[in-house]
Amino acid sequence: MSDVQLQMGQPAQAGGESPSLGVGHVRDYLALLKPRVMSLVVFTGFVGLLLAPGSIHPVLGTIAILCIAVGAGASGAINMWYDRDIDAIMRRTQGRPIVTGRVDGEAALAFGIVLSAFSVMIMGLAVNWTAAALLALTIGFYVLVYTMWLKRSTPQNIVIGGAAGAFPPMIGWAAVTGDISLDSAVLFAIIFMWTPPHFWALSLYRCEDYARAGVPMLPVVAGKAETRRQILLYSLLLAPLAVLPWGLGTVGALYGMGAIVLGALFLLGAVRIWREGDGPKAESAAKQLFAYSILYLFLIFALMILDRAWTFGAAA
Amino acid sequence: MQEHEKSGIDRRDFRRSKRARNTALLAVLLGLAILFYIITVVKMG
Repeated sequence: MSDVQLQMGQPAQAGGESPSLGVGHVRDYLALLKPRVMSLVVFTGFVGLLLAPGSIHPVLGTIAILCIAVGAGASGAINMWYDRDIDAIMRRTQGRPIVTGRVDGEAALAFGIVLSAFSVMIMGLAVNWTAAALLALTIGFYVLVYTMWLKRSTPQNIVIGGAAGAFPPMIGWAAVTGDISLDSAVLFAIIFMWTPPHFWALSLYRCEDYARAGVPMLPVVAGKAETRRQILLYSLLLAPLAVLPWGLGTVGALYGMGAIVLGALFLLGAVRIWREGDGPKAESAAKQLFAYSILYLFLIFALMILDRAWTFGAAA
Repeated sequence: MQEHEKSGIDRRDFRRSKRARNTALLAVLLGLAILFYIITVVKMG
């Protein structure tokens, strides 16, 4: 999921140990796992697991979610190791444990690799190897494709790289069924389409930060006007796509109606950004859409659970 | 601060951090052992 959500959290405090030792406290190692990003990943993974037809032993279900959380966190730690040079330049990432010297870079890398390996191995042994393969793909995609390749080379970085954050509901689904279906692919597509407007709304008002670090985000490379146009375009695709699980019968009308309302509000935010241009309220419109986009994703997936509970309650 | 006092503090810090890391590793290993035990019980059940 997006690493930008971490910015809203407080950076971990310096531990009592000397920074020269390069040894971090437990708190600093936890910060390496990007806990705020992890929370949304865990939530969407959990929804995938709940929606999937069939059942899974509660203990194995919990282990599956734990593996998704640890795998996502581990890739975040490797991302922090690789991006430590640009993290030191960007304001929102200057408090990260490696940048401040509270955790040694190589220790963070080792931490990330070990956790990645264990999360995939345990997922395979305890749950199934389809879910494990998807988890490995997610970690590999986030680290190798997004972090090491796309992030610094193309303004399409978060469009393609967004796939990494979109896999968790598919993993949760595969944990129950052992396969990939159209329904889980739609859950993937919703997060995939949500990621660009979410990130670009942020980059509209953090443009200078990205430019200083040399990260070719869309507003830096193509300008803010093009970014606003792209936000609107992706929002136009996202709103109807989010209703698709209702059309496919994965969830019911309660979700469908909610998704229409939430999608309309998302579109309104995107239109507002587009119409505002470089006006005085441009930054506030971008900030509002960024904040709403997080709420939107949470509510869309929460609605799926609610709808399932509603349907289950009505049938009982 | 005298040089020998400073190196003494460094050494103490180093030992403390090493002990903390060893304790964390022990906890992780114990956790993994318990986890594998639980997985085995559930899978066999």
